[in-house]
Amino acid sequence: MTAFFQSLGLPFEAAWLISTIAGILLIALPLMLSVAMIIYVDRKIWAAMALRRGPNVVGPLGLLQSFADGLKVFLQETIVPTAANKGIFLIGPVVTFTVTLLAWAVIPFNSGAILADINVGLLYVLAISSLGVYGTIMAGWASNSKYPFFSAMRASAQMISYEVSIGFILICVVLWAGSFNLGTIVSAQKGHVFGILNGFGFNPLLFPMWVLFLISGMAETQRAPFDLCEAESELVAGYQTEYSSMAFALFWLGEYGNVLLMCALNATLFWGGYLPPLDIPVLYAVPGVIWLLLKIFFFFFVFSWVKATVPRYRYDQLMRLGWKIFLPLSLLFVFLVSGYLMATGHFA
Amino acid sequence: MIQTLAFYLFAALVIASAVMTITARNPVHSVLWLILAFFNAAGLMILIGAEFIAMLLVIVYVGAVAVLFLFVVMMLDIDFATLRAGFVKNFPLGLAIAGILLAELLFGLGAHSAGGLVLGTPDAATAPAANVPNIQAIGAVLYGHYLFLFEAAGVVLLVAMIGAIVLTHRQRNDVRPQNISEQVKRRPEDATINTRPEVGGGVKL
Repeated sequence: MTAFFQSLGLPFEAAWLISTIAGILLIALPLMLSVAMIIYVDRKIWAAMALRRGPNVVGPLGLLQSFADGLKVFLQETIVPTAANKGIFLIGPVVTFTVTLLAWAVIPFNSGAILADINVGLLYVLAISSLGVYGTIMAGWASNSKYPFFSAMRASAQMISYEVSIGFILICVVLWAGSFNLGTIVSAQKGHVFGILNGFGFNPLLFPMWVLFLISGMAETQRAPFDLCEAESELVAGYQTEYSSMAFALFWLGEYGNVLLMCALNATLFWGGYLPPLDIPVLYAVPGVIWLLLKIFFFFFVFSWVKATVPRYRYDQLMRLGWKIFLPLSLLFVFLVSGYLMATGHFA
Repeated sequence: MIQTLAFYLFAALVIASAVMTITARNPVHSVLWLILAFFNAAGLMILIGAEFIAMLLVIVYVGAVAVLFLFVVMMLDIDFATLRAGFVKNFPLGLAIAGILLAELLFGLGAHSAGGLVLGTPDAATAPAANVPNIQAIGAVLYGHYLFLFEAAGVVLLVAMIGAIVLTHRQRNDVRPQNISEQVKRRPEDATINTRPEVGGGVKL
Protein backbone atom coordinates (compact mmCIF):
# COMPACT_ATOMS: atom_id res chain seq x y z
CA MET A 1 0.00 0.00 0.00
CA THR A 2 2.99 2.29 0.61
CA ALA A 3 3.89 1.98 -3.08
CA PHE A 4 0.41 3.16 -4.05
CA PHE A 5 0.66 6.32 -1.94
CA GLN A 6 4.19 6.91 -3.25
CA SER A 7 2.84 6.76 -6.79
CA LEU A 8 0.57 9.68 -5.85
CA GLY A 9 3.72 11.75 -5.45
CA LEU A 10 4.14 11.58 -1.67
CA PRO A 11 7.61 11.13 -0.11
CA PHE A 12 8.31 7.69 1.40
CA GLU A 13 7.80 8.70 5.05
CA ALA A 14 4.42 10.32 4.42
CA ALA A 15 3.28 7.45 2.21
CA TRP A 16 4.34 4.93 4.85
CA LEU A 17 2.54 6.83 7.61
CA ILE A 18 -0.69 7.17 5.63
CA SER A 19 -0.67 3.56 4.45
CA THR A 20 0.00 2.26 7.97
CA ILE A 21 -2.82 4.33 9.44
CA ALA A 22 -5.11 3.21 6.61
CA GLY A 23 -4.11 -0.41 7.29
CA ILE A 24 -4.85 -0.04 11.01
CA LEU A 25 -8.28 1.44 10.27
CA LEU A 26 -8.95 -1.25 7.66
CA ILE A 27 -8.39 -3.89 10.35
CA ALA A 28 -9.79 -2.17 13.44
CA LEU A 29 -13.09 -0.84 12.08
CA PRO A 30 -14.31 -4.10 10.46
CA LEU A 31 -13.09 -5.89 13.58
CA MET A 32 -15.28 -3.73 15.83
CA LEU A 33 -18.25 -4.26 13.53
CA SER A 34 -17.66 -8.01 13.45
CA VAL A 35 -17.33 -8.09 17.25
CA ALA A 36 -20.76 -6.46 17.48
CA MET A 37 -22.22 -8.97 15.03
CA ILE A 38 -20.43 -11.96 16.54
CA ILE A 39 -21.96 -11.17 19.94
CA TYR A 40 -25.35 -11.43 18.24
CA VAL A 41 -24.30 -14.71 16.57
CA ASP A 42 -23.06 -16.05 19.89
CA ARG A 43 -26.37 -15.27 21.57
CA LYS A 44 -28.34 -16.79 18.70
CA ILE A 45 -26.30 -20.03 18.73
CA TRP A 46 -26.55 -20.21 22.47
CA ALA A 47 -30.30 -19.65 22.32
CA ALA A 48 -30.78 -22.25 19.58
CA MET A 49 -28.99 -24.86 21.69
CA ALA A 50 -31.17 -24.00 24.66
CA LEU A 51 -34.32 -24.12 22.45
CA ARG A 52 -34.93 -20.40 22.88
CA ARG A 53 -35.32 -17.68 20.26
CA GLY A 54 -32.53 -15.38 21.37
CA PRO A 55 -32.46 -11.67 20.46
CA ASN A 56 -35.24 -11.05 17.90
CA VAL A 57 -36.75 -7.64 18.68
CA VAL A 58 -34.33 -4.89 17.60
CA GLY A 59 -34.14 -4.72 13.81
CA PRO A 60 -34.88 -7.57 11.39
CA LEU A 61 -34.25 -10.92 13.17
CA GLY A 62 -32.79 -8.90 16.04
CA LEU A 63 -29.70 -8.10 13.98
CA LEU A 64 -29.29 -4.67 15.55
CA GLN A 65 -29.38 -5.96 19.13
CA SER A 66 -25.65 -5.39 19.75
CA PHE A 67 -25.89 -1.80 18.51
CA ALA A 68 -28.83 -1.15 20.82
CA ASP A 69 -26.80 -2.59 23.70
CA GLY A 70 -23.85 -0.46 22.68
CA LEU A 71 -25.99 2.68 22.66
CA LYS A 72 -27.39 1.73 26.05
CA VAL A 73 -23.99 1.38 27.74
CA PHE A 74 -22.77 4.50 25.95
CA LEU A 75 -25.53 6.55 27.54
CA GLN A 76 -24.98 5.11 31.01
CA GLU A 77 -23.16 6.95 33.75
CA THR A 78 -19.56 5.86 34.41
CA ILE A 79 -19.45 4.98 38.08
CA VAL A 80 -16.08 4.85 39.82
CA PRO A 81 -16.33 3.38 43.33
CA THR A 82 -15.08 5.76 46.03
CA ALA A 83 -12.64 3.21 47.42
CA ALA A 84 -11.28 2.35 43.97
CA ASN A 85 -7.83 3.33 42.77
CA LYS A 86 -9.17 5.68 40.17
CA GLY A 87 -6.36 5.85 37.61
CA ILE A 88 -5.74 2.12 37.41
CA PHE A 89 -9.48 1.42 37.55
CA LEU A 90 -9.92 3.39 34.33
CA ILE A 91 -6.72 2.13 32.64
CA GLY A 92 -7.69 -1.55 33.13
CA PRO A 93 -10.41 -1.78 30.44
CA VAL A 94 -8.35 0.37 28.07
CA VAL A 95 -5.44 -2.08 28.38
CA THR A 96 -7.70 -5.07 27.67
CA PHE A 97 -9.21 -3.43 24.62
CA THR A 98 -5.96 -2.06 23.16
CA VAL A 99 -4.10 -5.34 23.56
CA THR A 100 -6.88 -7.13 21.70
CA LEU A 101 -6.50 -4.80 18.73
CA LEU A 102 -2.68 -4.91 18.79
CA ALA A 103 -2.37 -8.63 18.10
CA TRP A 104 -4.31 -8.39 14.83
CA ALA A 105 -1.40 -6.51 13.25
CA VAL A 106 0.42 -9.73 12.34
CA ILE A 107 -2.51 -11.85 11.10
CA PRO A 108 -2.21 -12.41 7.32
CA PHE A 109 -5.57 -11.80 5.62
CA ASN A 110 -4.34 -12.80 2.19
CA SER A 111 -0.94 -13.48 0.70
CA GLY A 112 0.86 -10.19 1.30
CA ALA A 113 -2.14 -8.56 3.02
CA ILE A 114 -0.56 -8.22 6.45
CA LEU A 115 -0.08 -5.00 8.39
CA ALA A 116 3.23 -5.85 10.09
CA ASP A 117 5.10 -8.56 8.21
CA ILE A 118 7.71 -9.17 10.91
CA ASN A 119 10.08 -12.10 11.36
CA VAL A 120 8.94 -12.75 14.92
CA GLY A 121 5.20 -12.60 14.20
CA LEU A 122 4.25 -15.59 16.32
CA LEU A 123 6.39 -14.40 19.25
CA TYR A 124 4.67 -11.03 18.92
CA VAL A 125 1.29 -12.72 19.26
CA LEU A 126 2.54 -14.56 22.36
CA ALA A 127 3.97 -11.34 23.83
CA ILE A 128 0.77 -9.40 23.23
CA SER A 129 -1.48 -12.13 24.58
CA SER A 130 0.65 -12.28 27.71
CA LEU A 131 -0.03 -8.57 28.15
CA GLY A 132 -3.77 -9.21 28.05
CA VAL A 133 -3.84 -10.44 31.62
CA TYR A 134 -2.84 -7.00 32.93
CA GLY A 135 -6.20 -5.50 32.05
CA THR A 136 -7.90 -8.12 34.21
CA ILE A 137 -5.43 -7.86 37.07
CA MET A 138 -5.53 -4.05 37.13
CA ALA A 139 -9.32 -4.02 37.04
CA GLY A 140 -9.57 -6.62 39.79
CA TRP A 141 -7.08 -4.93 42.08
CA ALA A 142 -8.17 -1.34 41.49
CA SER A 143 -11.84 -2.14 42.17
CA ASN A 144 -10.85 -2.60 45.81
CA SER A 145 -13.54 -5.17 46.34
CA LYS A 146 -13.16 -8.81 47.22
CA TYR A 147 -14.85 -10.59 44.31
CA PRO A 148 -13.02 -8.67 41.58
CA PHE A 149 -9.80 -9.34 43.47
CA PHE A 150 -10.41 -13.11 43.59
CA SER A 151 -11.19 -12.95 39.92
CA ALA A 152 -7.93 -11.17 39.11
CA MET A 153 -5.97 -13.79 41.05
CA ARG A 154 -7.69 -16.59 39.20
CA ALA A 155 -7.22 -14.94 35.83
CA SER A 156 -3.50 -14.36 36.25
CA ALA A 157 -2.79 -17.91 37.44
CA GLN A 158 -4.95 -19.39 34.70
CA MET A 159 -3.41 -17.40 31.86
CA ILE A 160 0.17 -18.08 32.95
CA SER A 161 -0.56 -21.82 33.22
CA TYR A 162 -2.04 -22.17 29.75
CA GLU A 163 0.50 -19.91 28.08
CA VAL A 164 3.18 -22.48 28.90
CA SER A 165 1.50 -25.27 26.95
CA ILE A 166 0.48 -22.88 24.16
CA GLY A 167 4.18 -22.03 23.81
CA PHE A 168 5.10 -25.70 23.34
CA ILE A 169 2.24 -26.25 20.88
CA LEU A 170 3.42 -23.30 18.82
CA ILE A 171 6.96 -24.70 18.82
CA CYS A 172 5.66 -27.80 17.00
CA VAL A 173 4.10 -25.58 14.32
CA VAL A 174 7.20 -23.41 14.03
CA LEU A 175 9.45 -26.47 13.71
CA TRP A 176 7.41 -27.73 10.79
CA ALA A 177 7.06 -24.35 9.09
CA GLY A 178 10.64 -23.31 9.79
CA SER A 179 9.69 -19.73 10.54
CA PHE A 180 8.05 -17.46 13.11
CA ASN A 181 6.57 -15.31 10.36
CA LEU A 182 2.82 -15.98 10.12
CA GLY A 183 2.77 -15.44 6.35
CA THR A 184 5.51 -18.04 5.88
CA ILE A 185 3.70 -20.41 8.26
CA VAL A 186 0.57 -20.18 6.11
CA SER A 187 2.44 -20.70 2.84
CA ALA A 188 4.28 -23.67 4.38
CA GLN A 189 0.87 -25.35 4.79
CA LYS A 190 0.15 -25.34 1.05
CA GLY A 191 -0.35 -28.95 -0.02
CA HIS A 192 1.02 -30.10 3.33
CA VAL A 193 -0.60 -33.57 3.38
CA PHE A 194 -0.53 -35.72 0.20
CA GLY A 195 0.21 -32.52 -1.70
CA ILE A 196 -3.50 -31.67 -1.73
CA LEU A 197 -4.67 -30.85 1.80
CA ASN A 198 -3.76 -27.32 2.94
CA GLY A 199 -3.19 -27.18 6.67
CA PHE A 200 -1.03 -28.55 9.45
CA GLY A 201 -4.21 -29.77 11.13
CA PHE A 202 -4.52 -32.58 8.56
CA ASN A 203 -1.15 -33.90 9.69
CA PRO A 204 -1.64 -36.77 12.19
CA LEU A 205 1.32 -35.55 14.28
CA LEU A 206 -0.04 -32.01 14.52
CA PHE A 207 -3.78 -32.74 14.80
CA PRO A 208 -3.55 -33.57 18.54
CA MET A 209 -1.65 -30.31 18.98
CA TRP A 210 -4.54 -28.45 17.35
CA VAL A 211 -7.00 -30.03 19.78
CA LEU A 212 -4.80 -28.93 22.66
CA PHE A 213 -4.48 -25.46 21.13
CA LEU A 214 -8.24 -25.10 20.76
CA ILE A 215 -8.82 -26.04 24.41
CA SER A 216 -5.91 -23.91 25.65
CA GLY A 217 -7.29 -21.06 23.57
CA MET A 218 -10.58 -21.32 25.42
CA ALA A 219 -8.72 -21.18 28.71
CA GLU A 220 -6.54 -18.30 27.52
CA THR A 221 -9.53 -16.21 26.44
CA GLN A 222 -11.46 -17.18 29.59
CA ARG A 223 -14.36 -18.59 27.65
CA ALA A 224 -16.68 -21.21 29.05
CA PRO A 225 -15.97 -23.86 30.33
CA PHE A 226 -12.92 -22.04 31.72
CA ASP A 227 -14.61 -18.71 32.54
CA LEU A 228 -13.66 -19.00 36.19
CA CYS A 229 -12.66 -15.39 36.55
CA GLU A 230 -16.22 -14.27 35.94
CA ALA A 231 -18.00 -17.27 37.38
CA GLU A 232 -21.32 -15.62 38.18
CA SER A 233 -22.37 -18.22 40.73
CA GLU A 234 -19.25 -17.58 42.81
CA LEU A 235 -17.85 -14.13 42.03
CA VAL A 236 -20.85 -11.96 40.99
CA ALA A 237 -19.29 -10.92 37.67
CA GLY A 238 -15.62 -11.25 38.55
CA TYR A 239 -13.32 -8.40 37.66
CA GLN A 240 -16.16 -6.58 35.84
CA THR A 241 -18.36 -6.34 38.92
CA GLU A 242 -17.66 -2.67 39.70
CA TYR A 243 -17.68 -1.50 36.10
CA SER A 244 -20.44 0.26 34.24
CA SER A 245 -20.96 2.17 31.02
CA MET A 246 -18.18 2.37 28.42
CA ALA A 247 -15.54 0.89 30.73
CA PHE A 248 -17.68 -2.25 30.90
CA ALA A 249 -18.26 -2.14 27.15
CA LEU A 250 -14.50 -2.05 26.53
CA PHE A 251 -14.10 -5.27 28.52
CA TRP A 252 -16.90 -6.78 26.53
CA LEU A 253 -15.44 -5.78 23.16
CA GLY A 254 -11.97 -6.86 24.27
CA GLU A 255 -13.21 -10.27 25.36
CA TYR A 256 -14.95 -11.03 22.07
CA GLY A 257 -12.07 -9.52 20.09
CA ASN A 258 -9.77 -11.96 21.87
CA VAL A 259 -12.04 -14.88 21.06
CA LEU A 260 -12.03 -13.87 17.38
CA LEU A 261 -8.24 -13.58 17.53
CA MET A 262 -7.97 -17.12 18.93
CA CYS A 263 -10.21 -18.38 16.12
CA ALA A 264 -8.03 -16.55 13.58
CA LEU A 265 -4.92 -18.12 15.11
CA ASN A 266 -6.51 -21.58 14.94
CA ALA A 267 -7.25 -20.98 11.28
CA THR A 268 -3.84 -19.45 10.49
CA LEU A 269 -1.60 -21.87 12.36
CA PHE A 270 -3.37 -25.17 11.78
CA TRP A 271 -5.94 -24.93 8.99
CA GLY A 272 -4.18 -23.00 6.27
CA GLY A 273 -5.26 -19.43 7.03
CA TYR A 274 -6.23 -17.72 3.82
CA LEU A 275 -5.60 -20.88 1.75
CA PRO A 276 -8.60 -22.98 0.69
CA PRO A 277 -8.79 -26.37 2.45
CA LEU A 278 -7.90 -28.28 -0.73
CA ASP A 279 -5.03 -27.35 -3.02
CA ILE A 280 -7.22 -27.28 -6.17
CA PRO A 281 -6.88 -24.35 -8.62
CA VAL A 282 -10.69 -23.83 -8.80
CA LEU A 283 -10.86 -23.04 -5.08
CA TYR A 284 -8.30 -20.26 -5.42
CA ALA A 285 -10.92 -18.30 -7.42
CA VAL A 286 -12.48 -17.45 -4.04
CA PRO A 287 -10.46 -14.62 -2.40
CA GLY A 288 -8.22 -15.71 0.47
CA VAL A 289 -9.85 -13.36 2.95
CA ILE A 290 -13.20 -15.16 2.43
CA TRP A 291 -11.59 -18.50 3.31
CA LEU A 292 -10.02 -16.97 6.40
CA LEU A 293 -13.32 -15.43 7.51
CA LEU A 294 -15.16 -18.72 6.91
CA LYS A 295 -12.61 -20.56 9.05
CA ILE A 296 -12.79 -17.92 11.79
CA PHE A 297 -16.57 -18.19 11.74
CA PHE A 298 -16.43 -21.98 11.97
CA PHE A 299 -14.09 -21.88 14.96
CA PHE A 300 -16.26 -19.25 16.59
CA PHE A 301 -19.19 -21.63 16.19
CA VAL A 302 -17.11 -24.31 17.96
CA PHE A 303 -16.37 -21.86 20.79
CA SER A 304 -20.09 -21.03 21.16
CA TRP A 305 -21.03 -24.67 20.92
CA VAL A 306 -18.68 -25.52 23.79
CA LYS A 307 -19.97 -22.55 25.80
CA ALA A 308 -23.55 -23.72 25.35
CA THR A 309 -22.96 -27.36 26.21
CA VAL A 310 -20.06 -27.83 28.63
CA PRO A 311 -20.43 -27.04 32.35
CA ARG A 312 -17.85 -24.83 34.04
CA TYR A 313 -14.66 -26.41 35.35
CA ARG A 314 -13.70 -26.31 38.99
CA TYR A 315 -10.54 -24.34 39.68
CA ASP A 316 -8.34 -27.24 40.76
CA GLN A 317 -9.50 -29.25 37.75
CA LEU A 318 -8.50 -26.37 35.51
CA MET A 319 -5.01 -26.26 37.01
CA ARG A 320 -4.68 -30.03 36.82
CA LEU A 321 -5.64 -30.01 33.13
CA GLY A 322 -3.13 -27.28 32.34
CA TRP A 323 -0.12 -28.48 34.29
CA LYS A 324 -0.53 -32.24 34.54
CA ILE A 325 -2.05 -33.10 31.18
CA PHE A 326 -1.48 -30.38 28.58
CA LEU A 327 2.08 -29.51 29.58
CA PRO A 328 3.48 -33.10 29.47
CA LEU A 329 1.49 -33.90 26.32
CA SER A 330 2.69 -30.84 24.45
CA LEU A 331 6.29 -31.48 25.60
CA LEU A 332 5.98 -35.06 24.33
CA PHE A 333 4.80 -33.78 20.97
CA VAL A 334 7.68 -31.35 20.72
CA PHE A 335 9.92 -34.43 21.04
CA LEU A 336 7.88 -36.45 18.54
CA VAL A 337 7.65 -33.68 15.95
CA SER A 338 11.30 -32.67 16.15
CA GLY A 339 12.33 -36.35 16.16
CA TYR A 340 10.22 -37.05 13.09
CA LEU A 341 11.57 -33.97 11.30
CA MET A 342 15.18 -34.94 12.10
CA ALA A 343 14.61 -38.55 11.01
CA THR A 344 13.08 -37.53 7.69
CA GLY A 345 15.75 -34.89 7.03
CA HIS A 346 13.34 -31.95 7.07
CA PHE A 347 16.09 -29.53 8.09
CA ALA A 348 18.71 -30.77 5.63
CA MET B 1 14.34 11.01 11.79
CA ILE B 2 11.60 8.64 12.94
CA GLN B 3 14.25 6.42 14.54
CA THR B 4 15.72 9.32 16.50
CA LEU B 5 12.28 10.44 17.67
CA ALA B 6 11.38 6.88 18.65
CA PHE B 7 14.67 6.42 20.48
CA TYR B 8 14.22 9.57 22.56
CA LEU B 9 10.58 8.68 23.22
CA PHE B 10 11.42 5.16 24.44
CA ALA B 11 14.53 6.23 26.34
CA ALA B 12 12.73 9.09 28.09
CA LEU B 13 9.85 6.78 29.00
CA VAL B 14 12.23 4.12 30.36
CA ILE B 15 13.94 6.65 32.59
CA ALA B 16 10.70 8.32 33.67
CA SER B 17 9.00 5.05 34.52
CA ALA B 18 12.13 3.81 36.32
CA VAL B 19 12.08 6.96 38.45
CA MET B 20 8.38 6.47 39.10
CA THR B 21 9.07 2.84 40.07
CA ILE B 22 11.23 3.89 42.99
CA THR B 23 9.30 6.98 43.98
CA ALA B 24 5.75 5.63 43.81
CA ARG B 25 4.24 5.25 47.28
CA ASN B 26 2.06 2.29 46.43
CA PRO B 27 4.04 -0.92 45.65
CA VAL B 28 1.43 -1.99 43.08
CA HIS B 29 1.95 1.28 41.24
CA SER B 30 5.68 0.62 41.43
CA VAL B 31 5.30 -2.75 39.72
CA LEU B 32 3.07 -1.24 37.03
CA TRP B 33 5.66 1.47 36.34
CA LEU B 34 8.32 -1.26 36.21
CA ILE B 35 6.24 -3.04 33.57
CA LEU B 36 6.11 0.16 31.55
CA ALA B 37 9.90 0.42 31.86
CA PHE B 38 10.33 -3.18 30.59
CA PHE B 39 7.99 -2.50 27.73
CA ASN B 40 9.85 0.60 26.61
CA ALA B 41 13.17 -1.21 26.95
CA ALA B 42 11.74 -3.76 24.50
CA GLY B 43 10.99 -0.84 22.18
CA LEU B 44 14.66 0.22 22.39
CA MET B 45 15.70 -3.35 21.53
CA ILE B 46 13.54 -3.25 18.41
CA LEU B 47 15.19 0.01 17.37
CA ILE B 48 18.63 -1.64 17.29
CA GLY B 49 17.19 -4.54 15.29
CA ALA B 50 17.16 -7.14 18.08
CA GLU B 51 13.51 -8.08 17.63
CA PHE B 52 13.93 -11.55 19.14
CA ILE B 53 15.40 -10.16 22.38
CA ALA B 54 12.63 -7.54 22.46
CA MET B 55 9.91 -10.19 22.19
CA LEU B 56 11.62 -12.34 24.82
CA LEU B 57 11.81 -9.33 27.12
CA VAL B 58 8.06 -8.81 26.80
CA ILE B 59 7.13 -12.50 27.03
CA VAL B 60 9.43 -13.41 29.93
CA TYR B 61 9.64 -10.24 32.00
CA VAL B 62 6.35 -8.52 31.29
CA GLY B 63 4.28 -11.64 30.70
CA ALA B 64 5.55 -13.90 33.45
CA VAL B 65 7.97 -12.36 35.96
CA ALA B 66 6.10 -9.08 36.43
CA VAL B 67 2.78 -10.93 36.76
CA LEU B 68 4.28 -12.90 39.64
CA PHE B 69 5.65 -9.68 41.17
CA LEU B 70 2.24 -8.11 40.91
CA PHE B 71 0.65 -11.25 42.32
CA VAL B 72 2.87 -11.11 45.43
CA VAL B 73 2.73 -7.35 45.89
CA MET B 74 -1.06 -7.26 45.57
CA MET B 75 -1.29 -9.76 48.42
CA LEU B 76 0.82 -7.64 50.75
CA ASP B 77 -0.96 -5.86 53.53
CA ILE B 78 0.95 -2.60 53.54
CA ASP B 79 0.96 -0.17 56.39
CA PHE B 80 2.45 3.03 55.04
CA ALA B 81 3.26 4.36 58.51
CA THR B 82 5.58 1.46 59.33
CA LEU B 83 7.17 1.78 55.91
CA ARG B 84 8.28 5.29 56.76
CA ALA B 85 9.20 4.43 60.35
CA GLY B 86 12.44 2.66 59.38
CA PHE B 87 13.71 5.63 57.39
CA VAL B 88 16.08 7.09 60.00
CA LYS B 89 17.45 3.67 60.93
CA ASN B 90 18.20 2.65 57.32
CA PHE B 91 19.37 6.09 56.21
CA PRO B 92 23.15 5.46 56.70
CA LEU B 93 22.94 2.19 54.74
CA GLY B 94 21.09 3.87 51.91
CA LEU B 95 23.63 6.68 51.91
CA ALA B 96 26.49 4.15 51.70
CA ILE B 97 24.88 2.38 48.73
CA ALA B 98 24.24 5.70 47.01
CA GLY B 99 27.91 6.60 47.58
CA ILE B 100 29.09 3.33 46.03
CA LEU B 101 26.81 3.85 43.01
CA LEU B 102 28.08 7.42 42.61
CA ALA B 103 31.70 6.23 42.76
CA GLU B 104 30.98 3.57 40.13
CA LEU B 105 29.30 6.12 37.92
CA LEU B 106 32.25 8.54 38.16
CA PHE B 107 34.67 5.66 37.58
CA GLY B 108 32.71 4.58 34.51
CA LEU B 109 32.64 8.12 33.14
CA GLY B 110 36.38 8.43 33.68
CA ALA B 111 37.01 5.10 31.94
CA HIS B 112 34.77 6.17 29.08
CA SER B 113 36.62 9.45 28.54
CA ALA B 114 39.93 7.55 28.66
CA GLY B 115 38.90 5.64 25.52
CA GLY B 116 36.95 2.51 24.62
CA LEU B 117 37.90 -0.98 25.77
CA VAL B 118 39.54 -3.03 23.01
CA LEU B 119 37.68 -6.31 22.80
CA GLY B 120 38.91 -9.38 20.97
CA THR B 121 37.91 -9.50 17.32
CA PRO B 122 35.03 -11.92 16.68
CA ASP B 123 36.13 -15.14 14.98
CA ALA B 124 34.14 -16.86 12.25
CA ALA B 125 31.93 -18.81 14.67
CA THR B 126 30.70 -15.84 16.67
CA ALA B 127 30.65 -13.11 14.03
CA PRO B 128 27.10 -11.92 13.39
CA ALA B 129 25.82 -13.38 10.15
CA ALA B 130 24.41 -10.95 7.64
CA ASN B 131 20.87 -11.26 6.25
CA VAL B 132 19.86 -13.93 8.74
CA PRO B 133 16.88 -13.40 11.06
CA ASN B 134 17.72 -12.76 14.71
CA ILE B 135 16.35 -16.11 15.85
CA GLN B 136 18.47 -18.10 13.41
CA ALA B 137 21.59 -16.11 14.23
CA ILE B 138 21.17 -16.54 18.00
CA GLY B 139 20.21 -20.20 17.58
CA ALA B 140 23.28 -20.90 15.45
CA VAL B 141 25.58 -19.36 18.04
CA LEU B 142 23.86 -20.89 21.10
CA TYR B 143 23.38 -24.39 19.69
CA GLY B 144 26.61 -24.41 17.71
CA HIS B 145 29.49 -22.53 19.24
CA TYR B 146 28.25 -22.41 22.84
CA LEU B 147 26.34 -25.71 22.92
CA PHE B 148 28.07 -27.05 26.02
CA LEU B 149 27.73 -23.84 28.05
CA PHE B 150 24.11 -23.44 26.96
CA GLU B 151 23.16 -26.97 27.97
CA ALA B 152 25.12 -26.66 31.20
CA ALA B 153 23.08 -23.57 32.03
CA GLY B 154 19.95 -25.58 31.28
CA VAL B 155 21.03 -28.35 33.63
CA VAL B 156 21.79 -25.83 36.38
CA LEU B 157 18.31 -24.37 36.00
CA LEU B 158 16.76 -27.85 36.06
CA VAL B 159 18.64 -28.71 39.26
CA ALA B 160 17.50 -25.43 40.84
CA MET B 161 13.91 -26.16 39.85
CA ILE B 162 13.97 -29.68 41.23
CA GLY B 163 15.63 -28.37 44.38
CA ALA B 164 12.88 -25.80 44.89
CA ILE B 165 10.21 -28.45 44.40
CA VAL B 166 11.89 -30.88 46.83
CA LEU B 167 12.36 -28.16 49.45
CA THR B 168 8.77 -26.95 49.34
CA HIS B 169 7.03 -30.26 48.81
CA ARG B 170 5.26 -31.69 51.81
CA GLN B 171 3.34 -34.90 52.08
CA ARG B 172 -0.12 -34.41 53.48
CA ASN B 173 -2.08 -37.44 54.59
CA ASP B 174 -5.19 -35.61 55.76
CA VAL B 175 -6.45 -34.70 52.30
CA ARG B 176 -8.36 -36.89 49.90
CA PRO B 177 -7.27 -35.96 46.39
CA GLN B 178 -9.59 -36.42 43.47
CA ASN B 179 -8.68 -39.32 41.20
CA ILE B 180 -10.28 -38.35 37.93
CA SER B 181 -9.51 -41.51 35.96
CA GLU B 182 -11.14 -43.57 38.73
CA GLN B 183 -14.21 -41.34 38.60
CA VAL B 184 -14.41 -41.63 34.84
CA LYS B 185 -14.05 -45.41 34.99
CA ARG B 186 -16.94 -45.71 37.45
CA ARG B 187 -20.07 -47.14 35.78
CA PRO B 188 -23.68 -47.00 37.00
CA GLU B 189 -23.50 -50.73 37.77
CA ASP B 190 -20.76 -50.10 40.38
CA ALA B 191 -22.84 -47.56 42.22
CA THR B 192 -26.43 -48.76 41.94
CA ILE B 193 -28.24 -52.03 42.42
CA ASN B 194 -31.60 -53.05 41.07
CA THR B 195 -33.69 -55.03 43.56
CA ARG B 196 -37.27 -56.11 43.83
CA PRO B 197 -37.90 -56.44 47.56
CA GLU B 198 -40.84 -58.36 49.03
CA VAL B 199 -43.71 -56.24 50.30
CA GLY B 200 -42.69 -55.00 53.73
CA GLY B 201 -39.29 -56.71 53.32
CA GLY B 202 -37.19 -53.56 52.88
CA VAL B 203 -33.75 -53.37 51.35
CA LYS B 204 -30.48 -54.38 52.88
CA LEU B 205 -27.65 -51.90 52.28
